[in-house]
Amino acid sequence: MSNSYILKTEGIYKSYRMGTAKVSVLRGVDLAVKKGEFLAVIGASGSGKSTLLHILGALDKPGSGTVSFNGRNVSQFSSRQLNKFRNKDVGFVFQFYHLFDELNILENVYLPAMAGSSIIGWLGMRNRAKKRARTLLERFGLSERLRHKPYQLSGGERQRVAIARALMNEPEVLLADEPTGNLDQHTGNDILRVFGEINKAGQTIIMVTHDQRIAERANRIVRLAEGKITNVKG
Amino acid sequence: MYKFVLAFRFLLKRRISYFSVFAVALCVFVVFVVMTVLSGLTADFKKKTHLWSGDCVVSTKSLVGFSYYEEFMEVLQKEKEIEAVSAVIKSYAIVKSVPGGNSSVYIDRTLEVIGIEPASYSKVTGFSEWLKYTTGRIQNSFEQSYDVNLPGCIIGIGFLFERDTNGNYIMPEQMPQIKVDVSCFPLTAKGALARAGTAVVSSKIFALSDVAQTGISSDWKSVYLPFEQAQLLCGMTGELKRANALFMKFTDGVGLNAGCSKVQFLWDQFMEDKKDLRQSELLKNVKVQSWKVYNRDMVAVAETQQALMIIVFAMMGVITVFIVFVVFYMIVSHKSKDIGILKSVGISNGNIMLLFLIFAFLIGALGSSIGAVGGWQFLLHINQIEDWLFEHFDFQLWDRELYAIGDIPNSIDWRVLVTIILSAVSACLIGAFLPSRQAGRLQPVETLRVSKL
Repeated sequence: MSNSYILKTEGIYKSYRMGTAKVSVLRGVDLAVKKGEFLAVIGASGSGKSTLLHILGALDKPGSGTVSFNGRNVSQFSSRQLNKFRNKDVGFVFQFYHLFDELNILENVYLPAMAGSSIIGWLGMRNRAKKRARTLLERFGLSERLRHKPYQLSGGERQRVAIARALMNEPEVLLADEPTGNLDQHTGNDILRVFGEINKAGQTIIMVTHDQRIAERANRIVRLAEGKITNVKG
Repeated sequence: MYKFVLAFRFLLKRRISYFSVFAVALCVFVVFVVMTVLSGLTADFKKKTHLWSGDCVVSTKSLVGFSYYEEFMEVLQKEKEIEAVSAVIKSYAIVKSVPGGNSSVYIDRTLEVIGIEPASYSKVTGFSEWLKYTTGRIQNSFEQSYDVNLPGCIIGIGFLFERDTNGNYIMPEQMPQIKVDVSCFPLTAKGALARAGTAVVSSKIFALSDVAQTGISSDWKSVYLPFEQAQLLCGMTGELKRANALFMKFTDGVGLNAGCSKVQFLWDQFMEDKKDLRQSELLKNVKVQSWKVYNRDMVAVAETQQALMIIVFAMMGVITVFIVFVVFYMIVSHKSKDIGILKSVGISNGNIMLLFLIFAFLIGALGSSIGAVGGWQFLLHINQIEDWLFEHFDFQLWDRELYAIGDIPNSIDWRVLVTIILSAVSACLIGAFLPSRQAGRLQPVETLRVSKL
């Protein structure tokens, strides 16, 4: 049964210490995501949405509980396997884009491919990687911006670059943390349209947002409240 | 590959990188220039001191000297390790100008008398290079033409001539004709005044035959006399002749310690053979010393300066480490978001650390290259720069009228330069190590949290 889900969490607990107080953010989160699904996680600010996303992407560890990726327990991954998981299996899109100002747009996009290979490996694959990065940028309407620096782009363009970077290594899951939170409504819709397109092409997406209207663009919505998941739609 | 690309871009795009490159360049420049100049001065001084006494000296500090020196010279000359030996008389004399010359220079001082045999002495020391007027054979250096009845003497150049602002002695083309009265106190083998009760002083008039420029303090305190004349004045002639020292030069390829040990061995044997003979007690005061030990009063000063210099530069290295540490601490603090992104695309802690160490290496390599090229160019023109400063601002690093320095030494020792560059790069890596490790250990969720941005 578990193998039919690409990502699955069981009994995830996570708490933080704030001074002397212990704040429980996640209190037994059970969530299962199927391949090709576009899932939105909604919740109020501070409800633990981003924490859950970071745990799903192995950027953070749960206090207890398990995260399975294609049936394999992520918490049992070695450091090397975790790095490979972050590099190949998941792609992150952040609210604030997080692009490197030192690199141009094309370089920012193929950075994950470069990071996942040795020097010799990179020399062998760089033409393919650059071609893929160009293709992604063309697909998102940024073919004229390849040599530009991130600070020369608008917010919407930067977020599209961030999506292209996240898709560079063809990850099985795209994790998006408030991807439209820093954009105006029109640009935000543009990004959601992109998400819709890539989801239609088969990409699994997990997006967290505090905005119900944005979440409506997903196939399924779950709410995170008081540290637990409840189904809202789908 | 991304490590090199990102490290290179961090270097190019961050202004703070330029400050750290500048700091490293400045440190390398200063260390390189000062080390070259001071090492040059020390090496030059040591070379001159070495040339002054040869490789090894068998000597006594007693003014009485020691007997059987000629026999020991024969022993030494049979050894393949010894290329040349020269006996030397060393004592003190009152030297006073007497009428009869053509120079207005007036001398009336107590000087160190050095009795030498020019031919052998020049084989052991730099004597032939010290003389300023002798043009013919070195054996004739005590000959002069203006009073053939008088024996010649050679005086340290510092007594007769002044130095110009470039440190060169202002010498007339023709050697000045000066006659001096040299008065010594001859001693018996037992150390008593040889002529007690009558005239206690042996005096003789000499005519200046040349001047000697050794480049060390000898230029202001020594007068060179023919060996036999000095021996006579000091009361060291007679049935058992005496000398104060034997200077020797080792054959090429013989190490200083090995050569001195050999001479010590020969001397011990020689002393054993002579122990029952007359005046053998004088041999007990004789020491076999390398030129460094024999001249330790002078060499120790230079070596102390060198040691101090190394300490100062080690402190500079520590300062460089600290500068790089501070710069990298700031860089890592500013780059925490980037570190989070790198971790989110699967880059390991070790590779994050390596990325910043490569960045530090680039700063070190670029900074030290700039410092080295700048230092090299500065050293290449250091004497022209000093001349220009002196011409326009009357500034001179060392007053050549006071110090025995000609040009500022600027001969580049590439081994020293490579050592400085490697040290600078190492200092950068050491300084960047802790911040880089900190970068590697940063938790991505901490750096990527919205509240942290």
